[in-house]
Amino acid sequence: MLSFDNAEIRQDGFRLSAHFDIAHGARVAIMGPSGAGKSTLLSTIAGFVPLRAGRILWQGQDLTSLTPGARPLSILFQDGNLFPHLSVAQNIGLGLRPDLRLNDNDRARVQDALDQVGLTGMGKRLPGALSGGQQSRVALARVLLRARPLLLLDEPFSALGPALKSEMLGLVARLQAQANTTILMVTHDPADARALADQIVLVADGQASPPAPTAALLSDPPAALRAYLGDGLNAEIK
Amino acid sequence: MADRARPLGRAGRLGVGAGALVLAATLGPLAAVLAQAGAFSALGPADWAALRFTVLQALISACLSVALAVPLARALARRRFFGRGALITLLGAPFILPVIVAVLGLIAVFGRAGIVNMALAAVGLPGVSIYGMHGVILAHVFLNLPLATRLILQGWLAIPSERFRLAASLGMGPADVQRRLEWPMLRDVGPGVLMAIFLICLTSFAVALTLGGGPRATTLELAIYQAFRFDFDLGRAAALGVAQFALCALAAGVALGLSAPAGLGAGLDRVPMRWDSGGALLRVQDGMLLVLSALFLMAPLAMVIARGVPMIWDLPTPVWWAALRSVVLAVAVSVLTLGLALVLATAIVRLGPRTLGRGLETAGMLTLAASPLVMGTGLFLMLQPWVAPPRLALPVTGLVNALMSLPFVLRIILPALRDSERDFGRLADSLGLTGLARLRWLTLPRLRRPLGFAAGLTAALSIGDLGVIALFADTDAATLPMQVLRLMGAYRTDQAAGAAVVLMALALALFWICDQRGRAGAEL
Repeated sequence: MLSFDNAEIRQDGFRLSAHFDIAHGARVAIMGPSGAGKSTLLSTIAGFVPLRAGRILWQGQDLTSLTPGARPLSILFQDGNLFPHLSVAQNIGLGLRPDLRLNDNDRARVQDALDQVGLTGMGKRLPGALSGGQQSRVALARVLLRARPLLLLDEPFSALGPALKSEMLGLVARLQAQANTTILMVTHDPADARALADQIVLVADGQASPPAPTAALLSDPPAALRAYLGDGLNAEIK
Repeated sequence: MADRARPLGRAGRLGVGAGALVLAATLGPLAAVLAQAGAFSALGPADWAALRFTVLQALISACLSVALAVPLARALARRRFFGRGALITLLGAPFILPVIVAVLGLIAVFGRAGIVNMALAAVGLPGVSIYGMHGVILAHVFLNLPLATRLILQGWLAIPSERFRLAASLGMGPADVQRRLEWPMLRDVGPGVLMAIFLICLTSFAVALTLGGGPRATTLELAIYQAFRFDFDLGRAAALGVAQFALCALAAGVALGLSAPAGLGAGLDRVPMRWDSGGALLRVQDGMLLVLSALFLMAPLAMVIARGVPMIWDLPTPVWWAALRSVVLAVAVSVLTLGLALVLATAIVRLGPRTLGRGLETAGMLTLAASPLVMGTGLFLMLQPWVAPPRLALPVTGLVNALMSLPFVLRIILPALRDSERDFGRLADSLGLTGLARLRWLTLPRLRRPLGFAAGLTAALSIGDLGVIALFADTDAATLPMQVLRLMGAYRTDQAAGAAVVLMALALALFWICDQRGRAGAEL
């Protein structure tokens, strides 16, 4: 269980507070207007932004004092999820050992992860030689090997076309099912939320609201969410 | 960012350690000099003359360099011609050219038996002498005109070409463009360039040693050396050292206020479209300027090469041993400087805008205000009670060279490290990439190119250095520049040219090898 215990973030003029729990294995979409602090919320969980007050706990353990690398989570950013100067296999291997001292068993696991995301035989390439979708798969293969119980997605697929994006979300769902990973995903698109998330955390007006079921929230959005989604939602629901 | 909330971290602690080391190695010798200096009354009239000469020659050299660089940079900015790229590359060369080689070349052109005097004699005109104040200034202009030109050219190319297009559409001619676009740029860039060159010329030693001297052309650095080597008057050397340090610190302070341009940048081979290139007269003027400058810069080097190459096979053995020592020294200095700079830069970036981070940056830049001979004097004073200083000539020279190169290296790698951390720092943090693993898999590959460039620059500067080594060395421990100097002093000019060619080749080779290794695979 991921718990926000009166957590408060403050960054010159910006503030956001959260006080709720997210169940182990939940798939949560984080939605809300631009600038409300969706990414900041993820960055705080990941340890890049300090908490002003309160605590964030995972299974009862306080994360506040842990370095980003030591936290029980993997995070994928909007871009820059791969080191362009390292090969695909090396990028994935970093998920096993940050010093890349891989033994035969580790290398076999890297190959296995490559197979699982459908990139068999591409380990020696550099990320620059791959398409955007393939790069996302490499990042997901690393997430798979890191095997952390929590996965934070900060719109990593937003640059992909609709078909590729839903393919990636499908891959995420598959990985999630294998390890019962808890997923927090920032998204602008209600369709993404429907596809992957069973719950939505609404971030608006300095407040991250407790998670609410996706279908219920989208069919009867509160004022803040309705203002953000606009008519597009109605058109989509029809 | 999370590090900001935590105290220091390993990188921070390492950086503070390195910073403390740099501070101790810089301020320690200074303190030793101050302690020895006693009262300022130790300075006689000759020393005050040295102070005056130091400032005067630096001022004239800087003004002349900039005054000549402006039209040259303008010609390069608005003309396209065959060999333009080569000329710009050539303009980068004097920065890594050993000073003693340049001096030898200038003597070959302007010296008593040089081609200029031969030509003058042939038409019955009186000859010119390269020794004295004008010789010192000539050498300084030769060494710094290229740097000034590159820096000012950068300013020119930084003017967006849309401005020139707008000017053309408004019917502005060359004179209007000069007043509305070019003067404002020069007012911005000029003072910084002027100050940078003034600072370089203030600490001039090798040029003054070879072309200056005597009561009317002695710089403070040379006076320190003479008080040291000839009179062995350590008190006076120290007093002169204090004067030199005060002068440099003052000038460096002013220079920092003027924010000298970063320099050394790439991308100078772009020629923006220009509509104000004017008529035939301007074209002839630019063309002549370019030809004369190229001649001025190339003739001395060509003379050294022409004289020296045939002599290479006849060079005495000690020259080759000196060459070997110089290469080892240069490589060691490179490794030391880059190591220090990396540790410092990592801590500076980690600590961010905190006071400690700023303090570390200042510590790394401190030697900009120091001069090699002052530091050498201080180290001599510190070592003297414990060990015969000549025995440590090479290590001390290496240490001083490393400290003197540190500001340049920091300026080259800090921006690259900031970029790397901005783009990949979070990813590395989230993967737990810390310590040596981060250095190996993130920092070194991302910084390959600037590191290679910085290593080459340091090695080339170090191999050509003729400063502290002259203070410390007896002949046995001589480096290659010392050998060239010794051969010149013995009037074995051809052998000196031969050794100079070897020195020049080694400096260029070291720079080229490091720079190329940095470029390989760095396109990512």
